[in-house]
Amino acid sequence: MVSRTTDDYQAMAIAGCQAVSEPAFWAGFDRSSVQGFYDYFCQLTQHEPRRAAMFGLPHYTWLCINPKESEDLKLADEVLSIILEFMDCPNVLGIGEIGLNKNSRNEMLVLEKHIDLAASNDQLILVHTPHLEDKRKGTRLILDVLKSDSRIRPERCIIDHVEEHTVGMVLDDGFWAGMTLYPETKCTSNRAIDILELYGNERIWMNSACDWGISVPLAVPRAAQEMKRRGCNSRQIDKVIYQNPIEFMSQSPRFNTPEGL
Amino acid sequence: MTDQKKILDLYFLDARARLIDIAAFMDRVDRADGGDDFRYDAFRAALKALESEKQDRARKVLLAFSDPTEEPIPVATTKAACGAWPGVENA
Repeated sequence: MVSRTTDDYQAMAIAGCQAVSEPAFWAGFDRSSVQGFYDYFCQLTQHEPRRAAMFGLPHYTWLCINPKESEDLKLADEVLSIILEFMDCPNVLGIGEIGLNKNSRNEMLVLEKHIDLAASNDQLILVHTPHLEDKRKGTRLILDVLKSDSRIRPERCIIDHVEEHTVGMVLDDGFWAGMTLYPETKCTSNRAIDILELYGNERIWMNSACDWGISVPLAVPRAAQEMKRRGCNSRQIDKVIYQNPIEFMSQSPRFNTPEGL
Repeated sequence: MTDQKKILDLYFLDARARLIDIAAFMDRVDRADGGDDFRYDAFRAALKALESEKQDRARKVLLAFSDPTEEPIPVATTKAACGAWPGVENA
């Protein structure tokens, strides 16, 4: 949300959004120093919650250096060293979005360090899986790294951006699966609903992307409307849109279930 | 189980329009000057998945564009994904 306007917050509130969960993200350009990340983490933990509150929306966040900036190991270590300072902020739900981008060796090293940081501090984990042609391989690599750490409990990790070729492996290994709705890449509303029909509605949710690129903050409310058109009843829609995210995020003591849900 | 007629009522015209768009895209590529391109090769390979009788065509299309290797690459030389795997030599 840091790159969106207040109009988006207003539209989300009107459409029925009850809270915002914003992972640390690539800015669309590489930050030049650890100080850039320090300021970004201040933005995520101090400024953005105030902006969201203007529209009645609780704002939650996740901290990390995004895999797109993980090739520089020195910078990654510096960023990892300042995350602890922000980990106790009241809106921080865990470590994320960590993961892989191009599936490189350095990205793997930084992923392992993030997982260690999360496990050492009993944090939830939000995982970004790679884009397009890199997703299948990257998802497999990520799942194997997570499973190799005995401290990691799959039910406390959500693997985001799943599609038809990765959702099965994520759910089979006991992790939560996130379907990110995008106009062109990742998943459309209709495909997400197809996946729900095929794989059921346990340990799975949908999320709207609200970033600096072409993305649709109201994608989830629109998907809910499409579920209704497809014949889903209000209980089924409520389960995927509200109850599943609440179930996952409630594993963090900092998450407060929105009133009425 | 959802009624098939209802699914067709909901989505047939949309899918028809997208199919014509794909046909027009291929005509456009073939009209243009240029040689082989791994992205178009992958695209044509992915189309074959549509002929499958099994109900996993979307998964097969995604796999047709995917990197089939298993090991991490030595170093990331770009941040972007282009939508199709260029092969070991060009990855």
